[in-house]
Amino acid sequence: MDYRSMQLQQLADGLRARDFSSRELTESVFAAIDKTEPVVGAYITLTRDIAMKQADRVDALLSEGRELPPLAGIPGALKDNIATAGIRTTNASRMLADFVPPNDAFVWRILRQQEMVLTGKANMDEFAMGHSTETSAFHRTRNPYDTSRVPGGSSGGSAAAVASGEACFALGSDTGGSVRQPAALCGIVGMRPTYGLISRRGVTTFSSSLDQIGPMTRSVRDNALLLDVLAFFDEKDAQSVARRTDSFVREADAPFGQPVIGWPQSYFELNDLRGDVKALLEKARDFYASIGARIVPVDLKTLDACLAGYYIISSAEGFSSMNRFDGIHYGRRSDGGNSLEDIYFHSRSEGLGTEVKRRILLGCYALTQENYGDYYLKAAKVRTIVKREFEAIFRTCDAILTPVTATPAWPLGSHPEEMGGGKYSNDRFTLPPSLTGMPALELPAGMTGEGLPVGMQLIGPRFSEGALYRLAAAFEDAHGLLPTPEEVKA
Amino acid sequence: MSLQDYESVIGLEVHVELNTKHKAFCECSTAFGAPPNSQVCPVCLAMPGALPVLNREVVDSAIKAGIATHCTIEHFSRFDRKNYFYPDLPKAYQITQNDFPICTNGYVEVAAGENLRRIRISQIHMEEDAGKLIHHADGTEIDCNRCGVPLLEIVSEPDARSAEEAVAYLRKLRAMVRYTGISDGRMNEGSLRCDVNLSVRKKGEEAFGTRVEIKNINSFNFVARAIESEFKRQVDLLENDGTIVQETRRFDEKSGQTYAMRSKENAADYRYFPDPDLVPVRVTDEEIEEIRTSIPRMADERSAFYTDVYKLTAYEAERLTEDKEMSDFFETAVSHTRYPKTLVSLILADISPLFTEEMAEVPVSPSSLGSLSDLLGDDEINSSTGRRILKELLVKDFDPVAYVKEHELAQINDRGVLQPVVGAAVEANARAVKDFLSGKETALRAIIGFVMKQTQGRANPVLAETMIRELIAKAN
Repeated sequence: MDYRSMQLQQLADGLRARDFSSRELTESVFAAIDKTEPVVGAYITLTRDIAMKQADRVDALLSEGRELPPLAGIPGALKDNIATAGIRTTNASRMLADFVPPNDAFVWRILRQQEMVLTGKANMDEFAMGHSTETSAFHRTRNPYDTSRVPGGSSGGSAAAVASGEACFALGSDTGGSVRQPAALCGIVGMRPTYGLISRRGVTTFSSSLDQIGPMTRSVRDNALLLDVLAFFDEKDAQSVARRTDSFVREADAPFGQPVIGWPQSYFELNDLRGDVKALLEKARDFYASIGARIVPVDLKTLDACLAGYYIISSAEGFSSMNRFDGIHYGRRSDGGNSLEDIYFHSRSEGLGTEVKRRILLGCYALTQENYGDYYLKAAKVRTIVKREFEAIFRTCDAILTPVTATPAWPLGSHPEEMGGGKYSNDRFTLPPSLTGMPALELPAGMTGEGLPVGMQLIGPRFSEGALYRLAAAFEDAHGLLPTPEEVKA
Repeated sequence: MSLQDYESVIGLEVHVELNTKHKAFCECSTAFGAPPNSQVCPVCLAMPGALPVLNREVVDSAIKAGIATHCTIEHFSRFDRKNYFYPDLPKAYQITQNDFPICTNGYVEVAAGENLRRIRISQIHMEEDAGKLIHHADGTEIDCNRCGVPLLEIVSEPDARSAEEAVAYLRKLRAMVRYTGISDGRMNEGSLRCDVNLSVRKKGEEAFGTRVEIKNINSFNFVARAIESEFKRQVDLLENDGTIVQETRRFDEKSGQTYAMRSKENAADYRYFPDPDLVPVRVTDEEIEEIRTSIPRMADERSAFYTDVYKLTAYEAERLTEDKEMSDFFETAVSHTRYPKTLVSLILADISPLFTEEMAEVPVSPSSLGSLSDLLGDDEINSSTGRRILKELLVKDFDPVAYVKEHELAQINDRGVLQPVVGAAVEANARAVKDFLSGKETALRAIIGFVMKQTQGRANPVLAETMIRELIAKAN
């Protein structure tokens, strides 16, 4: 069946109208998986048997005439840092290659109640530390639009699965851009909601003050629908915040009005911003102006400071969160030693990859008594300054339009794994929302001449997801969905 | 120079295990003595992605402790992570309050001889306990039941100057946690644990010496012995041109000595930083006031009242208020007697161990003890009868007045009744009379004993003695 041309709401309607069964839909998705997965490698674990059972269950319920929630019977993927009881949750690490959690993450509990069909656990950068999914201890994931290129990361498996039709939707997690950046490089829609809007409970912690779960979908309304399902106050996540709207979908469809969109000129003057990326963003800007938005130049000065601040805070928090993977409590225990210290040393040396070790060491360094003031505290100050800068802008703007990455997807293996190189700086556009806790929506802006997707980012004040969806829906309605990789190749 | 020329400067860090129903950051039970790893959940086991949520009861307990020790209750406080690797710590960090503790700048007063001395408290903060390692010949097992059980750490200024003051301070804190009901304060079960920071200096000097920390002492007696032995060790070093190393030591209960554990150079860097999983703790004035009115009057206040109104000595008041139940018992009993001092001596002599040694039940009721005090105070019964009745009361409660009547135990204070008995006693004990007359005062005892025996112990012994003396004087 042709599920690729349908959005989530249409799939839900089709299931209820009995145009097709969940079993048919799920088998079609797995047919796509069988075809593309050997090349794309979006998953670490496929849950075909579970998926088929879930699909049959939904079909049975539907034939009983039961009313089911919107995602019932629709196949989707979860990033492999989201705990799924009874299904291994590896975090793409050798350390947890065999780890089967006893509990469900809050989001997975919601989605199980929704009766969604789980296709599998998507590949990612190890412990979500990376931006190309190349730090996965299992395998690399390839970009469906050009399989010689990276899908981005860390939620690269989730993005590639949605882009290639190996899932109808996916969840990712976003610490510094890990939902938005792979979504951009794979031509799909990715939302990082207001910090706390989706419970983090049961999603392996990388950096608690930055981690957010985000929906990854083909279309803007799919994304709003998914956020509607996921945004629930969780009293067992101390940072959880209650949503302020009944329906993000409805807000996406509200009248466009005359929003004020900020245009951060300094972002577009950066040397490494590729010309075709810049051109696509300018076209988007002009489109918004043409439908009634007021474009105002805004002055943002903190982008470079964000980069340093982000890496210090995320690595400091990550260092602390990662220490439980010591071979004693969690993680594969090395045979290489008998003393406690030896067990720690060998288990961590063998179980963790280079990028994770690098971040642990950075965080460990930034937090020593000697360095705390120069690094951690300074980074915390940067965070406050950035927050103030954006709050000031949002007194007059409804949203800011920025690039997501400076370039489209780059070739596999082309970025050296060295800190301080170009590798991290490509991340910077996604960092301010992470540091400020403000929502940011990524959607496709178009494609480059070589057929690679380019994303754009709409940043808004806290709880402005509805407004961001409205802006994005207007663009998507006028431009249509990005052609799928299959369509591009055809 | 000798030991007398030095003084110890002592600061104490006391860990109080709170008796909240649930752990500090999850909903697991805190009950003591459950089978290993039966009171655990993803949060206290540190499952990847598990998130702590503060149990507000812990904050209430901390505020109670703060109010009871005259602290400032901070409207803003915050939790930090203290990072270190150890098998009893699944998260590899302890959630504690490093930079912004919930209570600051308090004090408690302890009796030091005739006077009260103030031991200042620099801060009280909330934190979580770690698990327990169980070592076997063939390996080590981890019991995580205690992981996440809430603790208060009460940190004093270096104000205590002797083992006695340190122990008096600890007794005060134990009384405080029991008065406020935030902990059972049992040292033997680890509900109260103590680290001692000790340095020595010559008396009259201002500057502090090099400080040594003695970790994890679990009885008042051991605290006193650890302080005394460490004091001697340090003075000895100073007297013999040695240097005191800033280090952590442990107290060995068998030898009564302290032993080095690790020096400052090897001290861990805990890489403290604010715990990003938790939000800051905010406390309003209304909450503080509500808690203030809910906690009972503390030992200090009661003690002052007792010396003022009942004319008890400072020592008696201090002893009585050491335990809240005992103090409550006294307060009820005292309304049943006109003789508070008599009541207090009964309580302190025979009943206090029942409270302080945590025996299950105190069988005697406060009103019975009040009546008994009246019987004694009014000379209705003599002290030996009093002791006899009290002994019975500690088995089973009854009305002492009815008992005295029923068993005809009333003291004979009537000269007319005693006259013939005294006469017979002097006659029957001619030898003792002779000894007494030759200057042997103690010989009188035999004659008094005779009177007591003849009256089944009911004669007023003081009156009997007077009458015996009178009779002998008259006859000779």
